[in-house]
Amino acid sequence: MARRRKPKLAVWKFASCDGCQLTLLDCEEELLTLAGEVEIAYFLEASRAVVRGPYDLSLVEGSISTPEQVDQIREIRRQSRFLVTIGACATAGGIQALRNFADVRGFLDLVYARPEYIKTLEKSLPASAYVPVDFELRGCPIGKGPLLELISAFLNGRRPNIPNHSVCIECKRRGIVCVMVAQGIPCLGPVTQAGCGALCPAYRRGCYGCFGPMETPNPASLGDWLLAHGMTSPDLVRLFRTFNAYAPAFREAGDRYAEAANPDRSS
Amino acid sequence: MADPEVRIPAPGSLWRMEKAQLQTLLEALAQQGYTIIGPRIQEGAIVYDEIRQISDLPIGWTDEQDGGYYRLKRREDEAFFGYAVGPHSWKRFLHPPVFSLGQARRNGQGFEWIPPADPPPRYAFLGVRACELHAIAILDRVFMGGPYVDPVYRARREALFLIAVQCTTAGGTCFCASMGTGPKAPPGADLILTELPDAFVVEIGTERGAALMAGVPCTPATEADRAAVEARLEETARSMGRQLDTADLPALLYRNLEHPRWEEVAQRCLTCGNCTMVCPTCFCFTIEDLSDLAGTRAERVRRWDSCFTTAFTYTAGHPIRQSAKARYRQWLTHKLASWWDQFGTSGCVGCGRCITWCPVGIDLTEEVRAIRETDGAMASERR
Ligand code: SF4
Ligand code: SF4
Ligand code: SF4
Ligand code: SF4
Repeated sequence: MARRRKPKLAVWKFASCDGCQLTLLDCEEELLTLAGEVEIAYFLEASRAVVRGPYDLSLVEGSISTPEQVDQIREIRRQSRFLVTIGACATAGGIQALRNFADVRGFLDLVYARPEYIKTLEKSLPASAYVPVDFELRGCPIGKGPLLELISAFLNGRRPNIPNHSVCIECKRRGIVCVMVAQGIPCLGPVTQAGCGALCPAYRRGCYGCFGPMETPNPASLGDWLLAHGMTSPDLVRLFRTFNAYAPAFREAGDRYAEAANPDRSS
Repeated sequence: MADPEVRIPAPGSLWRMEKAQLQTLLEALAQQGYTIIGPRIQEGAIVYDEIRQISDLPIGWTDEQDGGYYRLKRREDEAFFGYAVGPHSWKRFLHPPVFSLGQARRNGQGFEWIPPADPPPRYAFLGVRACELHAIAILDRVFMGGPYVDPVYRARREALFLIAVQCTTAGGTCFCASMGTGPKAPPGADLILTELPDAFVVEIGTERGAALMAGVPCTPATEADRAAVEARLEETARSMGRQLDTADLPALLYRNLEHPRWEEVAQRCLTCGNCTMVCPTCFCFTIEDLSDLAGTRAERVRRWDSCFTTAFTYTAGHPIRQSAKARYRQWLTHKLASWWDQFGTSGCVGCGRCITWCPVGIDLTEEVRAIRETDGAMASERR
């Protein structure tokens, strides 16, 4: 079917590891079809050729962590009909948001010989802290299936079939035996958004929460259950503060157990 | 002495079968082209999967179950069926968790519809417990009872061969005795087995069951065998891990829709949906339409869904049941009350799966007890 004009796709990178962009390059078979359906206008990871905006679909990887990036994301928003953030960095601030829990100047002094040359923001934040976002594609990294589903939905003018419910529902559909109940392994599946197909429980590991909080998360209940079954507050802080440490529900849970672990340090 | 193999089993008759002869029975089923699904150990639990011989069964194993807790344990004996139900239910074979309803392929100006190709599997289920027979009867009513019959379910159900096993061990979260759904098997199975220490007592349920047993060596059950079966069932009924007082249950729940207990359980509920996934009667599904990048192929897929997701009640721009309280209350009152209005039975058969497999051990029998003990708590405050 001939579309009038091929939609223009742009892929942007902020503070991130490139893993999510690589997911797109990893779509080997589908990549040719994709190139037939969209004009890949900006994707430095794949090509130096750059087509000017505006863009129909912008995929944004990475968190916003410098003043310059704030201007960039605002400009990208202005140039984009649809802006979709991809991955834990762009949707929640990423693993680098761990610095949000401490004073960033302390790190600068420790890491850089001349910290005065470094311009950085206090916090590593998701794009949505600065601009409106049309859709968030979760994961650390995002999955190939959901990415193709998102682009297909965009091209066909429909809503993507990307659920916001728990990992547990995917886990049970696959018939995996629950590692929490049958083996006492802590698992973030009940508070984490589906999308990975319950990858870790399938390998007898608890979910690490890389898809971030599910739609109506209750991490305090899960955390208190784990606390009553042998985990300590510092264990729980480590459990909740990983790739999505600064996503509101996980942040609150991390803070809750950090406070329990260190009551005098909380104000 | 009469040859024990020369006999004509009739529906309703009881036979004594050496344990090793279960193998003969499995072979007879396989010969008739059935795919046999039965209990076996996987990932630290007893699940339902394909089995070929009796050595695939969890012989000598049992389970320890409690709220949010399941562990396998060695038994002191070599019982074949000395455990209760695990995380899987037969629902996953009759109502598959993910099922492609068909594909559409663009051709020229129109499109071509490609229905699911494979012929439906012919299953024989081995080790179906009393509560599970009740659950299958409930699913029959849901999927085949009204004017709109589900073809996916019907194709699997009509080809099904059912071998029940009456429980001689109750699980830590079982309460079939309260629900009137066990441990004695209701009618419906082709064969009903009860395990004694040294043999199985086999009751012939149907003509199909009789025909299968005709090829399996066995002898007529004695009075002592009958008495042993009854004694074992009574013992199982006495050792239920949980209890639920069902007196006037729908009315109790309906008049307590604003009871403060719903808010308390919502504080603990993760809205993760595990309880609905493991429940042998929860039947809800969602339909997804997928299309490919080039827009030349579309697919319609059905997946198990849960009343604990917000998308489940997404209507006119927003989900109706926003709070965990509204969702837990919907689930519990549907299972125990409005199911009666909708289908004429309870939606709960007392298998205890939702208790065991809830990651935070929420227990519906406890929730109902709490409401019963403080019946009308909110209502009296309001008046
Ligand atoms: S293993 Fe984890 S994701 Fe799977 S059902 Fe259990 S808690 Fe949920
Ligand atoms: S199970 Fe959890 S940690 Fe593992 S891939 Fe999925 S979301 Fe990530
Ligand atoms: S509600 Fe719970 S106990 Fe009742 S049938 Fe479902 S899983 Fe079993
Ligand atoms: S009752 Fe338990 S299993 Fe069910 S949704 Fe709540 S936390 Fe999950």
